[in-house]
Amino acid sequence: MELNDALERFLLRMGDNTLILGHRVSEWCGHAPVLEEDIALANTALDMIGQTQLWLGLACEVQDKGKSADDLAFLRDAWDFRNLLLCELPNGDFGRTMMRQFLFDAWQSVYLPRLSKSSNERVAAIAEKANKEATYHVERSGETVVGLGDGTEESHKRMQQALDYLWPYVGEIFDTDQADDVLAEAGVAVHPSTLKDEYFELINRVLVDATLTVPEDTFAHHGGRTGARHTEHLGHLLTQMQWLQRVYPGASW
Amino acid sequence: MGNVATSQVWEWLDQVPDPEIPVISLVDLGIIRDVGWQEDTLVVTVTPTYSGCPATSIINMDIEAALRGHGIDKLELKRQLSPAWTTDWLSEKGAQKLEVYGIAPPQAAGGPSRCPHCGDNDLEKISQFGSTPCKAHWRCKSCLEPFDYFKCI
Repeated sequence: MELNDALERFLLRMGDNTLILGHRVSEWCGHAPVLEEDIALANTALDMIGQTQLWLGLACEVQDKGKSADDLAFLRDAWDFRNLLLCELPNGDFGRTMMRQFLFDAWQSVYLPRLSKSSNERVAAIAEKANKEATYHVERSGETVVGLGDGTEESHKRMQQALDYLWPYVGEIFDTDQADDVLAEAGVAVHPSTLKDEYFELINRVLVDATLTVPEDTFAHHGGRTGARHTEHLGHLLTQMQWLQRVYPGASW
Repeated sequence: MGNVATSQVWEWLDQVPDPEIPVISLVDLGIIRDVGWQEDTLVVTVTPTYSGCPATSIINMDIEAALRGHGIDKLELKRQLSPAWTTDWLSEKGAQKLEVYGIAPPQAAGGPSRCPHCGDNDLEKISQFGSTPCKAHWRCKSCLEPFDYFKCI
């Protein structure tokens, strides 16, 4: 596999993760349990959409087919997306949303500092920028997971249910393919498998503080980052996210 | 006519207010990273505060409008991501203006040092996010007033 093809695949994965999760989180706008949380979720979503513009913008440059980040976001169908399945899962209740956010933020907070040392200086610059935001996000989502997990009987029960529901989607984070080998070899991006120890150390520490039980089952769903098999939820998300460009192609302001 | 001195351009940019927090200028905010001439084109290098900050495009328009108003007709705006923006680049003058305006300036300790309204230091965090991506929401337990805190990053 050529380095350029591997880089394009990597950039789509990075951008699709933040796009799809950013969109999911934005669905809370106007619906969160309290105003402060509503604002916080909207801001988190905004950071992720900003990161998406950077990753997908660079993906377009690497592709060199005259497309824009907006084209990639709004004119591709479900099978073209390369995000982790974790990012496309429905919000559920506020607890599940925050647990999903924590599991994602923890990964970003481990991955981005390594990417900021990439041999590709464009990748390094985006990662450096995004890492500042991710560091802030993981602090907030981690504290919320602890607050709710170690909260009332009801909030504890819901956080445990959220963790049990989301757990089978964590394993995909560490999946690898040929593109990852090529990028690791070239020093562009570290192998996802090398993040495991630090990631699990981080989330175990927080989940213990949250008095939650980490599931023992290691079964993992796959298919998001390869595009082979997304969940049924992604298509529904896209109908909302893309409807304007589907109904009024090329609309702009 | 020769090229205008870059020090003059910096002064002009120091007159352009931040669209969200108009009490400080774009120069105070630390997002103007470089001003220079490439032959007869003025190149202004700008770094975003937060990658998704909606003010970024307004800021670029404001820079362009201000400099065109001063007679600069060949202008290029360059986006620079690295080194990533940090609140360390906020000017001393900017930090003081923020506090007078009612926004607690960023502190290395990670939280505001005192209430921008009454000066007391009995404070509590309400939310890690506030009315814009760059701010968090705090409250003074002495005067009971809520206030924005400029996040330290």
